[in-house]
Amino acid sequence: MSFASHDSATKQSAGNAITAEDIREGGSKAPEDVARYALYLGDDALMLAQRLGWWIARAPELEEDIALANIALDLLGHARFFLTYAGTAWGKTEDDLAYFRDEEEFRSCRLVEQENGDFGQTIARQLIFSFYQYELYRRLVRSTDPTLAAIAEKALKEVEYHQDHASQWILRLGLGTEESKRRVQDGLYYMWPYVDELFHDDELIESLGDAAVLPSSLRADFDRRIAEILDEAGLDLPEVAGAYGGDRSGEFSEQRGHILAEMQVLARQHPGATW
Amino acid sequence: MSENNENNVTGLGGSSAEWPLWEVFVRSSRGLSHVHAGSLHAPDATMAVRNARDLYTRRNEGTSVWVVPSEAVTASDPDSKGGYFESAQGKSYRHATYYTKSEGVKHL
Amino acid sequence: MTTQTPGLHAVSAADPAAQAEQDRAGQEHFDRIIAEDSRIEPRDWMPEAYRKTLVRQVSQHAHSEIIGMQPEGNWISRAPSLKRKAILMAKVQDEAGHGLYLYSAAETLGTPRHELNQQLLDGRAKYSSIFNYPARTWADMGAIGWLVDGAAIANQVPLCRASYGPYGRAMVRICKEESFHQRQGWEILYELSHGTPAQKQMAQDAVNRFYGPSLQMFGPPDEDSPNSKQSMAWNIKRFSNDELRQRFVDMIVEQAEALDLTLPDPDLKWNEDRGHYDYGPLDWDEFKAVVSGKGPCSVQRMQRRRQAHEDGAWVREAAAAYAHKTAAERASAELIGA
Repeated sequence: MSFASHDSATKQSAGNAITAEDIREGGSKAPEDVARYALYLGDDALMLAQRLGWWIARAPELEEDIALANIALDLLGHARFFLTYAGTAWGKTEDDLAYFRDEEEFRSCRLVEQENGDFGQTIARQLIFSFYQYELYRRLVRSTDPTLAAIAEKALKEVEYHQDHASQWILRLGLGTEESKRRVQDGLYYMWPYVDELFHDDELIESLGDAAVLPSSLRADFDRRIAEILDEAGLDLPEVAGAYGGDRSGEFSEQRGHILAEMQVLARQHPGATW
Repeated sequence: MSENNENNVTGLGGSSAEWPLWEVFVRSSRGLSHVHAGSLHAPDATMAVRNARDLYTRRNEGTSVWVVPSEAVTASDPDSKGGYFESAQGKSYRHATYYTKSEGVKHL
Repeated sequence: MTTQTPGLHAVSAADPAAQAEQDRAGQEHFDRIIAEDSRIEPRDWMPEAYRKTLVRQVSQHAHSEIIGMQPEGNWISRAPSLKRKAILMAKVQDEAGHGLYLYSAAETLGTPRHELNQQLLDGRAKYSSIFNYPARTWADMGAIGWLVDGAAIANQVPLCRASYGPYGRAMVRICKEESFHQRQGWEILYELSHGTPAQKQMAQDAVNRFYGPSLQMFGPPDEDSPNSKQSMAWNIKRFSNDELRQRFVDMIVEQAEALDLTLPDPDLKWNEDRGHYDYGPLDWDEFKAVVSGKGPCSVQRMQRRRQAHEDGAWVREAAAAYAHKTAAERASAELIGA
């Protein structure tokens, strides 16, 4: 079964799109530590998809409602793949993991949990995270775990679009008006304390070897490319220290509880129900 | 406050913040030519082509997208008489069916 | 394809006789096209009243799609499964797309989108009043997909043959996407109806609330719809309100049975003589109230829309400013290069 495709979550063509069902029914069972790693990737994508979903029907222009919805759908698709795959290690479904884990069991980074704020703050978060994910996925396509590699291949094409979208907007906001420059600069400052965490290695990742991608290996390329785009946009690299804590270890942000409370409330009201 | 100024958040001319209109043409992956799909608003060409891809190819409907500023399009007047549109009547050599010897030859 | 009033404008205003002749020729051409059931395109001559009716109808339709994003958008964050969340996001995204297709069609008639948008924000334009009802439970996602989109489809399929080309073509595109919406709504209700007792009750409650209002989406009874006749004469509207409403009722009765849910209408009964289902009276007082701004969510829907527009102003300005700057830079670079 070929997992390569040019489709995205929003496309309806049959094609060769990898689906969550493929993973579930493919019979592959993720090794425990790969599953735990897949949770990092899946939870990141899920949290950010949840944040971006808020913008639908609130974007600055209808064309942007569509663009942000596209990105949210792509991310949700990635989350579904990673969570479905992770779930195979424990006999759990993507929904078991998304709706019935408690706050301390999630493995998302703090950056994706930060509030949307205004459009400038959201674009700041998008710029940082899409550039990070691009570096991550373009290396993960060589993972020795075939499922992770396949998911990365599909995700990479979409994240390229996310990067492009964030880049186009960072230029327009940075170079547009005094107000837009101020707002996006503020947004970058707000998000910057959570950048370092993206590039921290941990025991789990190190033990996975070539099945995973070492976050620290991404930092140089990320720094170089971010500096380039911010310079082009007339924006300053925020001089803000990395915030202590995080590291997907249970020292999560204040926002996580709010996000999950809303996301999980209905499913938890009817445990065991199908929808 | 005049009606124009309700739109006028910049305090400058009424349409300074308005995004211009673009016509969108899409050629599907098996298509022979670009077909007019509709229009959208975008601040510039770079965003226009991206927005057009989002709006008109979400369903994998096309691979090639062109955007053209609407004001750049010159249209012919459908009611023009005379030489602008020749009548095809009486010019049977312009129709494939006139050429009978090629009947049955593949790809003609 | 400029947004200025298209048509035959070679004649100067100082020549009223020539203008009158042109109008007469134009009307004759227009009448012939309508009689042939053919298409009017943006640069064709058309009566002012036809143009006005279309701008009003097409933009109203567009506004409805945009406002309709709100009740469903309300449940994206709480969708009870990731698959349902994805489907709902895609559906609401489609609605933004439909709004854009329709604004695009309306603009070909000469009114710019920002003006149509301002009419909506000022409360001078109407939109489908069904969206002034709240989407209180998850089951409402099912009811909206099945009944509201279902009614919209019944209305829209005939519009694919509307005389105005851009409108008809937009409708074809929309209808293709809308049928997926209705099926998704039906499936949500099916799952609920065959789930736990609490889920089944949720589904039945949603159907009870949306049944009447969805039937009213076809508009007032024929005798109270003065605009319909002219719209039908112009091949914009193909069937009367009551005809479409009857068709819809006939369809949903059987679909409801397949869902194992009831429709809240004790008078619903097959009439052998008519070959249709009889149905009970609808609350037209409620309809009038909701249409005139007294719906449960009328004020909130408009405020949300205004808020999004105002909040986005600085973004739109920034993008426009950037476009001007880069165009100016390009122009001066060319000058220097020369």
